[in-house]
Amino acid sequence: MRDVAVVGFAQRQMKEFDGSPTCVELLVPLFEECYGQTGWTRHDVGFWCSGSSDYLAGRSFSFVQAVDAIGVIPPVNESHVEMDLAWAMYEAWVKIQTGEVDTALVYAFGKSSAGTLRRTLALQLEPYTMTPIWPDTVSLAGLQARAGIDAGLWDERAMAEVAQRSLSDAEANDYAIRRGGSSVDELLARPMYADPLRKHDCAPVTDGAAAIVLAAGDKAREVRDHPAWLTGLSHHIDPIGMGTRDLTRAPSVQRSAAALDLDGVEVAELHAPFSHQELVLRRELGLADDVAINPSGGALVSNPMFSAGGIRVGEVARRIWSGDVTKGLAHATSGPALQQNLLATLSSSPTDQEGAS
Amino acid sequence: MGKKLAAVIGIGQTHHRAKRLDVSMAGLCREAIDRALEDAGLTLDEVDAIVVGKAPDLFEGVMMPELFLADSLGAAGKPLIRVHTAGSVGGSTAIVAASLVQAGIHRKVLTVAYEKQSESNAMWALSVPVPFNMPVHAGAGGYFAPHVRSYIRRSGAPTHIGAIVAAKDRTNALKNPYAHLHNEGTTVESVLASQMLWDPIRYDETCPSSDGACALVIASEDVAASSPNPAWIHGTVMRSEATSAAERDQVNPQASRDAAAALWKQAGITSPIDEIDMAEIYVPFSWFEPMWLESLGFTGEGEGWRLTESGGTALDGRLPVNASGGVLSSNPIGASGMLRFGEAALQVRGLAGEHQVDGARKALGHAYGGGSQFFAMWVVGSDKPTS
Repeated sequence: MRDVAVVGFAQRQMKEFDGSPTCVELLVPLFEECYGQTGWTRHDVGFWCSGSSDYLAGRSFSFVQAVDAIGVIPPVNESHVEMDLAWAMYEAWVKIQTGEVDTALVYAFGKSSAGTLRRTLALQLEPYTMTPIWPDTVSLAGLQARAGIDAGLWDERAMAEVAQRSLSDAEANDYAIRRGGSSVDELLARPMYADPLRKHDCAPVTDGAAAIVLAAGDKAREVRDHPAWLTGLSHHIDPIGMGTRDLTRAPSVQRSAAALDLDGVEVAELHAPFSHQELVLRRELGLADDVAINPSGGALVSNPMFSAGGIRVGEVARRIWSGDVTKGLAHATSGPALQQNLLATLSSSPTDQEGAS
Repeated sequence: MGKKLAAVIGIGQTHHRAKRLDVSMAGLCREAIDRALEDAGLTLDEVDAIVVGKAPDLFEGVMMPELFLADSLGAAGKPLIRVHTAGSVGGSTAIVAASLVQAGIHRKVLTVAYEKQSESNAMWALSVPVPFNMPVHAGAGGYFAPHVRSYIRRSGAPTHIGAIVAAKDRTNALKNPYAHLHNEGTTVESVLASQMLWDPIRYDETCPSSDGACALVIASEDVAASSPNPAWIHGTVMRSEATSAAERDQVNPQASRDAAAALWKQAGITSPIDEIDMAEIYVPFSWFEPMWLESLGFTGEGEGWRLTESGGTALDGRLPVNASGGVLSSNPIGASGMLRFGEAALQVRGLAGEHQVDGARKALGHAYGGGSQFFAMWVVGSDKPTS
């Protein structure tokens, strides 16, 4: 495998876009930030890949005009996944591994506030049997949380502790749209939203976009003193069947973790849009107690659809660039109740490449 | 560092129809997948990863359908990626699947692309008003008709060239048992007598709306070595250009020309018309055959229609184009590009049945999408690439 690093990252996470910008208006400043960080122009980017969702945008071909943000002529080597930014990054990483290109800029965007997100996401379910019942995202997460409580795996206090830590950590995150810790007892005194979930157990509806820059070998070293080398990437999917899955587990996370070396991970950015999902993830990953979880505040403080998973990668990369940590783990999820998951290990050293499936 | 070799060792497609009422989306995909796996001599358990492609989710009314399809695609417990690059998606999906092998990450990748247009209403799905965009509401034919008229004006082509393409492709489709349209007796005259829809595009010069799927198994060199008949991948390319720009040439887009140049270079081809034995080109409206012949470099600019008019693109011509009947005869949009890629692979494996082009050893698979702005192409060959 070639040594590939994250060398650029730009993000916007906000409660609502100011006005109703097009994707182009949203993305152009993000690309400018990436050019600023790398010293590149668009001509230095070997491959582009985006992530977005037509249903979130309420239209077909939501990615088409996003290409306008790249520029006009000459044409670019470009692709799109109907998935989170993290998987767009994966496709770009694969492209770099073929040797065809050395650099890539990947981006994703979504305006969740344009509709009723929990209802829109219900359209991801099995269309012939489940969609007509309209079980929405929050209700399904409530069932998952209840399953874990009933199994004695966690309780409402453990969930509140996750929220409390996220809200406190978010005070240092300019992009968080919800922040400010109080106390676990105060959180537990708040009303139920979708029993056993309180509002702070659920990610806020968030608009946003993000971009990540990848570079191989010396190209990465030219850009950063401490590139965040992608030493392992692994992703898997589980069946969607809500009635047949053990909702307290995430086999695809466990399988992905088994392909990577998580020893020595100092920081983990986990894409858990519900507090109890962080508990599921920690169990599947078997992370040590001293691993810092979601120092950005994680998805509980802002969860822009289709970029929130990739933002986890960017947040870990920033901490490696600064020299604060030498090894980190980023996680992205998709589908209801942690159905599909991607893990990436990032390191200050490009050595010890791990599995990449 | 170069790409590792990869080859297509399994190809499957569905019978394409306006409405496949006998199968669900999952059943449609499995029909193609099962045929591809049988062709490859593999089981789902042996597949390392799955790459899914389809056009807009609104075509079926399911958000990210690969999530609910995960079990039935055999993806549970495996890596799964969902590609969406407009009409070129079937081609892009095959290319992403190939890159997983070429990068040395996986050895056996299953890729499937589909569209079950009868589940929803494609016209509605393409007509959602978008803020700040000029509504067209003219359908794809209305969008592309000005491009065709512009081509006719620029090239001086006689106005019956499109009918020649339509009659040829519909006649070729009679030899393809999977094709959606089996319109007996289609002639240049009958096409010219059909209703004018979007001047200069007549009814018989347009593609149908189909339910259908295509699946490929792409394998590494060592796996392909034990396959009796692999189609080796000689080159793959994707290029995109932006929608909005006054200087865009929508008749002969730069992204198309750039893609072709990069593809021929990768595949070691200096004279495409001499070195390519047959081509499956994305022709949803008949006039796109001469337009793409020029853009791809098979003929000089303004000369594409002459090759078509001479019969050079017929099954027994100098460069047979769309021996399968092409998009004009079957158009499950998300799968249409992969069908082009798969048909090219079938041809170089000598397995195309009645529509086999004699001696086809190197073939082009081509797809385009959006407003003629997304391009995906590959070259496959009977022999291993030498460069």
